[in-house]
Amino acid sequence: MSKTTAPVQRRTKLSCREIWKLYGPNADRPAASRDEVESRAANGRCFAALSDVSLDIGEGEIFVVMGLSGSGKSTLLRCLAQLVEPTFGNVELDGRSLTRMGQAELREVRRHDMGMVFQHFGLLPHLTVAGNVALPLKIRGEKAESRDHAVATALELTGLAAMADRLPAQLSGGQQQRVGLARALAVGPGLLFLDEPFSALDPLIRRELQDELIRLQAGLHKTMVFVTHDFSEAVRVGDRVAIMKDGRLRQVGTPEDIVRQPADDYVRNFVAGVDLTRVIRCATAARPASRSDYAHAVSGQGRLSDAAETLMAAGGGPIAVQGEDGSLIGEIDLHAVLAAVSGKSLAGEPA
Amino acid sequence: MTRFRPRAIWLLLPAAVAALWIAQQFSWATRFPKAWELPVAKTVSKSAAVVTDNLSWLTRLFATAIEVPMTLVVALLSEGGALTLGGFALDLPPLSWSGLALAVVWTGWRTGGPGLALLQALGCAYLLFFGQWSAAMLTLASVVIAVPFALGAGVVLGIVAWRMPRLDRWLVTPVLDLMQTVPAFAYLVPTLVLFGFGPVSALIATVIFALPPMARVTTLALSRLPGAITDLAAMMGCTRGQALWRVLLPAAMPMLLVGLNQTVMMTLNMVIIASMIGAGGLGFDVLLALRQLDIGRGLEAGAAIVVLAIMLDRQGRVLASGWSRGQAMSRRRGLGLVLVLGALLGTTLLGQIHAPLRAFPESWQVTTGSTMDSLVAWLNVNFFDTIEAVRVFLLMNLMNPIRIALASAPWLGVMTIVAMLGWVLGGWRLAVLGLGVGGFCLVTGLWDETMTTIYLCLTAAILSVSLGVPLGIAGHRWPRFGKLLTLAVELLQTMPSFVYLIPVVMLLRVGDVSAMIAIVAFAVTPVIRYTMAAFEAVPPALTEAGTVMGCTSGQMLRHVQLPVALPTILLGINQCFLFSLAMVVITALVGTRDLGQKVYIALTKADVGSGLVAGLCLGLVGILVDRLFRAAAARIAPQEPNSHA
Repeated sequence: MSKTTAPVQRRTKLSCREIWKLYGPNADRPAASRDEVESRAANGRCFAALSDVSLDIGEGEIFVVMGLSGSGKSTLLRCLAQLVEPTFGNVELDGRSLTRMGQAELREVRRHDMGMVFQHFGLLPHLTVAGNVALPLKIRGEKAESRDHAVATALELTGLAAMADRLPAQLSGGQQQRVGLARALAVGPGLLFLDEPFSALDPLIRRELQDELIRLQAGLHKTMVFVTHDFSEAVRVGDRVAIMKDGRLRQVGTPEDIVRQPADDYVRNFVAGVDLTRVIRCATAARPASRSDYAHAVSGQGRLSDAAETLMAAGGGPIAVQGEDGSLIGEIDLHAVLAAVSGKSLAGEPA
Repeated sequence: MTRFRPRAIWLLLPAAVAALWIAQQFSWATRFPKAWELPVAKTVSKSAAVVTDNLSWLTRLFATAIEVPMTLVVALLSEGGALTLGGFALDLPPLSWSGLALAVVWTGWRTGGPGLALLQALGCAYLLFFGQWSAAMLTLASVVIAVPFALGAGVVLGIVAWRMPRLDRWLVTPVLDLMQTVPAFAYLVPTLVLFGFGPVSALIATVIFALPPMARVTTLALSRLPGAITDLAAMMGCTRGQALWRVLLPAAMPMLLVGLNQTVMMTLNMVIIASMIGAGGLGFDVLLALRQLDIGRGLEAGAAIVVLAIMLDRQGRVLASGWSRGQAMSRRRGLGLVLVLGALLGTTLLGQIHAPLRAFPESWQVTTGSTMDSLVAWLNVNFFDTIEAVRVFLLMNLMNPIRIALASAPWLGVMTIVAMLGWVLGGWRLAVLGLGVGGFCLVTGLWDETMTTIYLCLTAAILSVSLGVPLGIAGHRWPRFGKLLTLAVELLQTMPSFVYLIPVVMLLRVGDVSAMIAIVAFAVTPVIRYTMAAFEAVPPALTEAGTVMGCTSGQMLRHVQLPVALPTILLGINQCFLFSLAMVVITALVGTRDLGQKVYIALTKADVGSGLVAGLCLGLVGILVDRLFRAAAARIAPQEPNSHA
């Protein structure tokens, strides 16, 4: 059994059921029933930005919604965050329905349990870095002392402590997005929405911030809904990835599931462009151990690319693949790696 | 949407010919019969009288409420005086010139560095040495009082319009359009009737005049905010008030401050015009000088207006750009502020004992009045023939033909052509608007005046375009010349429209040519600005493509730059027309016989009805022209490639 194909069972943090979002004449009017929304979507005058989307997002999971522009990924995020009201369907956070919640209650939920990071940062130009991070705390009426403390913690976390008094215009794009992240984290939310957070950054900075996010998440365990149009970003940061096209979900699964078993040609096209050694984990590529003692070992959670150096040192393998507790899961060698990246499943096949 | 309706043009020609033919057969179709006119002006006057009679308690209350702060500011800045508050009388001395000038220069230094400080110092020096200080302070007092009212009302209206897009579309925008095209003069008449002759009604007219741009800018600034900012406000769990005051308005502040600067400039412009109903100050001096043809004094007071305008404008711009760079929160100014306030108070108190500190000594003042008069006399003696030749040439070859053509054109024919034009450019709505505007001018009996107005604007627009477009192109091609041109345009735009009349009248005497040149000087600025901007905006990729194809610079202009720039240039011409309409009214002072004159006469007779109706005519013509130009610009603009988010 490997962890990759069956993800950790998590408590559901955020879920949506049968979400529809129509645009067009009378689209603001919510639909009373599923039949109604389907017939309205089918009559040709409305455009369905989302059709029948259902998802369960687990606690502490980075859930990536990936799609090209016009696929409905941003609309989905906006519906989950209630920035846009779905035409039909229900969104639940911790078992409470956001869609049926009153304005005041929703406001309280947002003040305490939600944060959002925007593609173009959304920083207020007249406030300093610290002022921007403090704003959501001020909005919810936090006292000055605990506010200062929370701001300092958030700045420390994102490596901005030295820049607290600068203005956004004096920062680089990467630093501005760190401020955006710090602001979203400042209220201590359980749920973060990230709307293409790194798309406006150049590739090197993007990589750096992706690593930063993964590092932060290791300590924070927030639930994150992360929207991107970049497939390699999706498989890099996501615990699970949903691929959207034309307002529908095409495939939902762990990055490894998706690269190894693309649901259709559309998904396969994206997979063709990524470096599989950075997606597939050693545990996935491993075959049953052929002996009990190896000179070299790698972690099963590591990606194949992480094992490359050890493999080279071992003259091409085989080397041990270990579980988190140090137990032996199996072994890999060059042949196993090649088989994994060429799309052939080795699980269960004898050498 | 169809790109063009070629068939409509074939309909237009026979229809126009038919209308002209009919018009020549029947006298009723040539000149609109008197019997068909409606007594609109009289009705308006009568209902205004009813309102005035019944609401005098309200207007008086309103006037009193405004009068208190007004007296205070006027007393402090200019004249000094007794302020009574609840039986307690306070004798206020005016703040001393030395303290005020120091404060102005210090503010310039703090916010804009030595350059701005020098500019402000020079400005103060001009006002002091030419004996314009007191009048300038009176004008400034009106501005100081009017701006907060215009600002507050404008922002509130802007927010309401932004919150309720439907209200904005059907009520606020059309009303603001009308308010901006109805000439400032026209506001003076009803306020005069409601509030009487004096500073209070001048103030109210000023606020009404300066309010629309602020409301516009507010709505625009709020709706242009990046989506992330509005989303952010929602996601932080802001209440509506928190979202507006803590997130949206601060984020929109740079644009709002630009709007504020514009409001200040419009206020100044209007304060000058409002001097006709008793605002006093620099405008009154210019008006008096114009009436007495005292050129020297008029020029000095006019220059003082320009100086004041430049001082306010530069200071405002520096403050606006300072905010967006976050310098508004500089901390070290505390001590300086205390010192300057101390100096202001100290010199004012000392001035009570030592007179030269209170009022700038007259023996230090200079005047160029007599020199100016002799200069003008010399110019008139030596260059009379040349100037006269230019004047007659313009009159005979350009102005008279257009005037005669428009004045003798049968109304039925003109209406048909306007309606057809509207239909071809913008569909049936625009055609109906054209018919409505024409109809209004006809039934109110103002057709002839309207035609005179259009003749003046049309000639001015033709001259402005043939002058402004080449200048703009040259300014784009030779950047150094372009810089000079931008400077000149900015200067021309800061000057209140009134000032244009002075030099023209003194050289060309009263009449249509003077009016025309003043209008062109005012209306050429948007043409130059828009042309330059349009050429700047031509994507470099296109000009590079042209260069690679081997275009000569003439071919580049003809085939690449002009076609791309044309829609924007057209908008510039549109602005030019609207500027002309606004200026036409002012030129009524030099004796044109157009709608402006009607308003002006109504003003002197306090005749609400004819003043408002003539003003409305001007406003409606302005809106029609604006819509026609916009429709034309939209028609020739290339379709944006569809981008899908």
